[in-house]
Amino acid sequence: MINWRTLIATCLFGFTLSGGAAVAQTLRIGLAEDPDMLDPTLSRTFVSYVVRTALCDKLFDIGLEQEIVPQLASQWEWTDDKRGLVIKLRPGVKFHDGEPFDAVAAKFSIERHLTMPGSTRKSDISAISRVEIIDDHTAKLVMSTPFAPLLAQLATSAGTMMSPKAAQAAGENFGSHPVCAGPFKFVERVVQDRIVLERFADYWDKDKIKLDRIVYLPIPDTTVRLANLQSGGLDLTQVAATDLDTVRKDPRPKLAAVNGIGYSGITINVANGERSKTPFGQDARVRQALELSIDREALNQVVFNGEYQPGNQWVPPTNSYYDKERPIPARDIAKAKALLAAAAAPNPVVAMTVTNNPVVLQTAQVIQAMAKESGFDMRIQATEFASALQLSAKGDFEAFLLGWTGRIDPDGNIYNLITCNSPFNDGHYCSPEVDRELDAARGVEARVDRMFHYRIAAEHLLLDLPIIYLYHPKWLYAMSARLSGFTSYPDGLIRPQGLRLD
Amino acid sequence: MSTFLLRRLALVLPTLFFVSLLVFGLQQLLPGDAALALAGEERDPGVVAFLRHKYHLDEALPVRYVLWLKGVLSGDLGESIRIKRPVRDLILEKLPVTAELAVLAIVIALSIGLPMGILAAVKNDSAVDYAATMTALWGRSIPNFWLGILLILLFSVEWGLLPASGFVSPAESLSRNLATLIMPAFVLGNALAAVLMRHTRSAMLEVLSADYVRTARAKGLSEAQVVLHHALRNALVPVITLGALEFGELLSGAVLTEQVFTIPGFGKLIVDAVFNRDYAVVQGVVLCTAIAFILLNLIADFAYALVNPRLRG
Repeated sequence: MINWRTLIATCLFGFTLSGGAAVAQTLRIGLAEDPDMLDPTLSRTFVSYVVRTALCDKLFDIGLEQEIVPQLASQWEWTDDKRGLVIKLRPGVKFHDGEPFDAVAAKFSIERHLTMPGSTRKSDISAISRVEIIDDHTAKLVMSTPFAPLLAQLATSAGTMMSPKAAQAAGENFGSHPVCAGPFKFVERVVQDRIVLERFADYWDKDKIKLDRIVYLPIPDTTVRLANLQSGGLDLTQVAATDLDTVRKDPRPKLAAVNGIGYSGITINVANGERSKTPFGQDARVRQALELSIDREALNQVVFNGEYQPGNQWVPPTNSYYDKERPIPARDIAKAKALLAAAAAPNPVVAMTVTNNPVVLQTAQVIQAMAKESGFDMRIQATEFASALQLSAKGDFEAFLLGWTGRIDPDGNIYNLITCNSPFNDGHYCSPEVDRELDAARGVEARVDRMFHYRIAAEHLLLDLPIIYLYHPKWLYAMSARLSGFTSYPDGLIRPQGLRLD
Repeated sequence: MSTFLLRRLALVLPTLFFVSLLVFGLQQLLPGDAALALAGEERDPGVVAFLRHKYHLDEALPVRYVLWLKGVLSGDLGESIRIKRPVRDLILEKLPVTAELAVLAIVIALSIGLPMGILAAVKNDSAVDYAATMTALWGRSIPNFWLGILLILLFSVEWGLLPASGFVSPAESLSRNLATLIMPAFVLGNALAAVLMRHTRSAMLEVLSADYVRTARAKGLSEAQVVLHHALRNALVPVITLGALEFGELLSGAVLTEQVFTIPGFGKLIVDAVFNRDYAVVQGVVLCTAIAFILLNLIADFAYALVNPRLRG
């Protein structure tokens, strides 16, 4: 008797193979969206960063504990006054076009990040006032004031090195065909379809590279992305916490997870226009009451199946800069009610803006239900993302449930979000004491010294609560059983070193 | 016939001008600041100001429209702010993908809808008619995205027969190209077939009761000749109209289907552009779609005249 299903499968399988044999070590990675430009200076999306990680090496990188490790810079030393960083560059490194990587290229790349119109890297390294070439493989970055986060910034896109020859020739179109010094070089890109990279034979650390090709496939729908992984169309992808059960029930893929460096929280309008003039915006006791109404662990269990990390500060509890003396407060409805009574606002009405995302909406609904027990009347306003951003910038909000992807250095998770007049301090919180401490933390290098200032800042911030931090997302990956050598890093980037398909 | 076509062509430019004004104006009603949306998470004020100036977002609306129109008339549809590629290049890249999907969907729709409609009309009020009607109802009622995900789960995840998503160009591999398009084409064609089936059935019923059909039967012609040669030609007129309009709608990009199957066509392009406030892309795609609709209507009118000689005057 004919097994029709087998017959059809054989015919269709023949169809799919007849286009030619697949390359043996081709890794297919699913992305949550199509990247914007691949230009390290101009790019604005995280997924672009994921792709550029395989294309472009940086001066520094991070290890699993977020420590700074050498990449294209092999050694570094601060000057005595901490206003200079002398970097020794790795010799024998080439760009994809064969040009040598040297101090001239390093100076060019940093100056491009600093001066190119539209550069999204400028604010990351604006502390650098000039780059001096000491010799062929030594450069000195000179700053007007000490800036401790600089190393961490140079371990991100702002430290990406580019071929001067290729960048000068391409100008603002460099992103169409980036030429860097990473383990893979650019082959092609079809917008909204795929980005193809192939191994760079002259990579300085080529022994760690086992793959021949990487193909990035943007697949926005999480169900379809997972289906691709399960059907063998992908080898590796990030998954949502809500999809973990599905992945665990399937024996085919493997899972990996790591605590991320970002956070999600409620940003509160305390001083930006008319909408800040509410008890919630004006009285810290009302904000403290809201915080005490929220059970962060329960929120994590309900919305994220317990996968994420509850938090109450701008860095996760597992981070060495977390102030352990100020742990996550337990839910306390009685105390919340007492605070509201003291603030003469027993039933405050709070409009919370959220983006039109099912998970974010669910988070807001859980918070709404919890807050109701203390007397809050929380109204959820679901708004499309671009509109919500504009409303937030204009001050047309009371509370905004929003995330921050996170930066390696704790300064990146706090400074520009909370200091007076900083660019994305939409709530217009302003505390000279906090500013002073955060500025001081930038000026000292040793962790213990920086932590001293962060503790004082935390003392103010966790009372004033311009942001109620809720949780820290994890990076969750599902991958084919054929893939080995995968290591998940806290910044969420996929590093190709060591990856192999068996 | 030539006067007829010339009259139709004369309406093209005013229509396109009106469409361009409409899409430009409607986009501006969208809340949200394009420069802010595209400046990235850090929203550097310098970057925001740069984007506003470079893409004339700080100019008055009439100025922006005139600048854009000048570009269009010289073949420059502007640049995508998000990925810094000319809109013209993006359209030329995506149009063949959507066109191929649309053609396949129409072929499937016609292959299912026409025969079913004819059969339902010929076997009017019978079990065959009811079955065809129920099938049409099913096809029209099922949401495209649900059917798409169901097909992926069955054919890709469970049975491993077809790729779950993505697109391979026919130049690269025709067999893999068809494998990537068969499911999305079926999703689209299935819904269209339902509509075509109902219209074909209605048109055929009307024609089959006409005097000349009775005369043809009386002359001793076979039922097949009566139905296919005499009745169908006249019944096709409204079906052609519908087919042209539906094909135009497919060309504008089957948004949900392209999203589910990650087909890099017009639908996906325009959805991403709207959410990212990439105005030039939206304007360019809508203008192209309008041109396609107008051309298809012209072709439909021409086809009428071919099918029905009385319309050639």
